[in-house]
Amino acid sequence: MRYLIWRLYKNFEGGILAIPGRLLGSLIVLFLICAGVLIQDDYFIKILTFACIFGLFAASWDLLYFTGQLNLGHGAFFGVGAYTSAIFSLKLGIPIWLTIPLGAITGVMMGLIVAIPALRLRGPYLAIVTLAVPLILKGVIFVFPDVTGGELGLFGLTPISDSSVLVYYVTLFTMLLSVAIMWKLTDTGSRIIRTGIIFCAIREDEISARDSGVNTVKYKLLAFALGGFFGGIAGGLYAHTMAVVGTSTLDFTFSIYPMIWGIFGSAATIYGAVVGAYILYLLSNELLAIVPELRMAIFAVIIIAMILYMPEGISRWIRDKLEINCPRCKSVNNFTRKSCRICDAPLHLEKSVPK
Amino acid sequence: MQVLISGIVIGTVYAVLALGFSLIWGAARIINLAYTSFYMLAAYFFYIFTSLLGIPMVVGVPLSVFVAALLGVSTYKFCLERIRAHDTVVMLISVLIAFFFEEIVLAVFGQQLFSVPPFVEGYRELFGVRVLKQYFLAFGFSVALLVGLWIFLSRFRIGIAIRATSQDKEVVNLMGISEKKVSLIAIILGIGFVTVSSVVVSPIYVVEPSMWMHPIIMILAIVVLGGLGSLKGSVIAAYILGFSEVIVVNWLPMGAFIKSAIALLVMVIVLLVKPEGMFGVVFEEERL
Repeated sequence: MRYLIWRLYKNFEGGILAIPGRLLGSLIVLFLICAGVLIQDDYFIKILTFACIFGLFAASWDLLYFTGQLNLGHGAFFGVGAYTSAIFSLKLGIPIWLTIPLGAITGVMMGLIVAIPALRLRGPYLAIVTLAVPLILKGVIFVFPDVTGGELGLFGLTPISDSSVLVYYVTLFTMLLSVAIMWKLTDTGSRIIRTGIIFCAIREDEISARDSGVNTVKYKLLAFALGGFFGGIAGGLYAHTMAVVGTSTLDFTFSIYPMIWGIFGSAATIYGAVVGAYILYLLSNELLAIVPELRMAIFAVIIIAMILYMPEGISRWIRDKLEINCPRCKSVNNFTRKSCRICDAPLHLEKSVPK
Repeated sequence: MQVLISGIVIGTVYAVLALGFSLIWGAARIINLAYTSFYMLAAYFFYIFTSLLGIPMVVGVPLSVFVAALLGVSTYKFCLERIRAHDTVVMLISVLIAFFFEEIVLAVFGQQLFSVPPFVEGYRELFGVRVLKQYFLAFGFSVALLVGLWIFLSRFRIGIAIRATSQDKEVVNLMGISEKKVSLIAIILGIGFVTVSSVVVSPIYVVEPSMWMHPIIMILAIVVLGGLGSLKGSVIAAYILGFSEVIVVNWLPMGAFIKSAIALLVMVIVLLVKPEGMFGVVFEEERL
């Protein structure tokens, strides 16, 4: 028993404590879990809830970006999820724990529909066709106003719970679980789950991936289905948290946001998208309180400056500052160390060489 | 008849906008989503110079074109040029620039709509339909721009250099043409196109801060529908989408809401049948 606990502690020490990026990440997660209890301010809890939802949304965009499919119309999945949950909940009176999965399933179907053109198109063509999808859906919503509420949208949905703390925990754990699943799915080093390395191969060079015997059609469909699934979950959560669904979820602007969050936070890393969504959503809310008129202008200037300064995104930038890869054994090290913690090789080679 | 005339005018305007855009796309290899925000800015400068400051039309029009184009080229020079290699980041930054300008305009002028005075007053009967003279002017100007671009691209050395750059960047560099300079010239031309057509067209429409959003989506649809790198395709696609938009607005109930949806649906269907666009050439993969 003592040995087991000792092993567990040693794993914890080697796997998390020794790697500053992971330590920081787990501290942030721990803080988010405690935040629901610690923060008494109801308004701030609500803001954090939305940050959770948008984090999940941005991560689902990033999953597609990881596969090399630049989706400029990711709002389509979100909007479909939100509208499906709203319609099922309002018109048929189905309880929440069923409507959100239903939204996710329609998100999957939407993803497969978008994937049909996506299989044949590439690069800018793909980006623009996906951009068209939410706008076409918006047209569909205007055509059937009695089901979808038309321009006004649907309102009066049942909230997830009356207490905002409980809502926060539901969204937080859904977000954490989904992001963990997506993160594992895109883990390129894994020997059990092959999707990560295959998605990465499709992104880097689709033709070579096909030539090496990867069924790219199947995996691209899978990527779109997964993106639609998690986007749909985010949409369903959003619908029930806001209690209102409007056509704004299908706007061009709304589809651009996950891209802003994802690239700002570090593209193709999943967790980076979540970090970006949290930082930028909280930042834009702060700006809303301070300078309501010029909010978007200042926001845009800040993001442009940050991206020009750190084009690899904020979370990867921080990680590169905190961690050094050992030149000999490739294991990750704390930035303060002089020599590798595993193989004791000197980390700063260029400094030790006499000039 | 009304449908036919406004379809032709809107199609021509779209054709000019799309050609400017595909010039930038072809030569500089950037997808500049801030492109139509200079369309919006030029219209606002036009409003400031002529209606607020009372500068005569002859001076005010070139001045507003110049100022807006200067802004456009400087955003390219200072923000976009250094990240040209990263497609996605370029798109992101340019859309942020567009948001930035929209918000600035919104803060200065508010949400209210403006209308700018037309160059020429009055209308003329044409086949029993009253057509504003501004329509004729817009049409004539746009056609002149299109023909001018055609001649420029096929007769002049710089024009040929631009076409060569859009075909193969590296070989152009090997041939002793500065690819960077050609991109800059293409950007200046493209932004110039959008600002000129903006001051000509803006008397027809209302001027508002979010007026850049609809044109950029239509332009993207047109350029892709026509096929990248095909000027002829862009012009034809512009007429197709312009007509479909006008027909939907005039003949279908609630047309104004679903006009872009129908136009985009047309684009998606064509791309499903022919993935490289109507007149697109299948490019070889870019060499790394």
